[in-house]
Amino acid sequence: MTDCNETIRELDAFLDGELSDDARSAIHEHLSACNDCLSAFDFHAELRTVIQLKCQNDEMPAGLLAKIEHCFEIDFDGDGRVG
Amino acid sequence: MADRSTFAAEAMQYAPQLYSAALRMTRNAADAEDLVQETYLRGFRGYESFTEGTNLRAWLFRILTNTYINTYRAKQRRPQETDLADVEDLFLYRRLPAFESAASTMSAEQSFFELFTDDEVKQALEDLPEAFRLPVLLADVEGFAYKEIAEMLDIPIGTVMSRLHRGRKAMQRALYEFAEARGLVTPLETAPAAEPTEGP
Repeated sequence: MTDCNETIRELDAFLDGELSDDARSAIHEHLSACNDCLSAFDFHAELRTVIQLKCQNDEMPAGLLAKIEHCFEIDFDGDGRVG
Repeated sequence: MADRSTFAAEAMQYAPQLYSAALRMTRNAADAEDLVQETYLRGFRGYESFTEGTNLRAWLFRILTNTYINTYRAKQRRPQETDLADVEDLFLYRRLPAFESAASTMSAEQSFFELFTDDEVKQALEDLPEAFRLPVLLADVEGFAYKEIAEMLDIPIGTVMSRLHRGRKAMQRALYEFAEARGLVTPLETAPAAEPTEGP
């Protein structure tokens, strides 16, 4: 059985979805029996969600989309020149 | 081979994500706007090299990251720090008891993380030295895999992992310090007896 130290060491890779199936099952097994580690994992999973939500809610400047599309029109043949 | 005439229709949906990421990279709105435009222009010109059916979002983020590194990084005045002070593991989690009194004013449905404003979370990320900021942005905000990040930043996977680990801890410490500055944190260590204290 994986111990707490080993489990916490794999926290990042676990939340990043980068563990092998076996390693993942071992963590799941530990978490189902250890509330301390489970609560640490929950905390970091929620922190990840919060960072994701709060760091991509910026409003685009008005006109940016139009400017981008204008680039495509004036450089349609992709030679870097207008037309 | 992807057809350039469909580029706008396929790619424009990612503009808000690319703009937010560009803001975190450049840390200012004018550069972020230029960076996104440049990214789309390069994407448009190079669209023939995109393999249809593969991940267009990842392809665009690769262009964004390359363009930032090659063009905008040179403009940034801040020196390239590649080091971060070491922060203990589970930094914020271990300090949860210090937030007890601040959290007691919240309702049961509210999350602990609502104590932090959007701007504080953005700032905590943007304040990371770039070597750590880009991996954290690409992993935590954009959800890319270690392998994709390693390719985008041209660094080994092991380096991605260690920078993520250290960058995330530094972000947690920054959040803690923002909370401290707003008086949300009750210091855990007992103050020395000689220290005069004010208030309750």
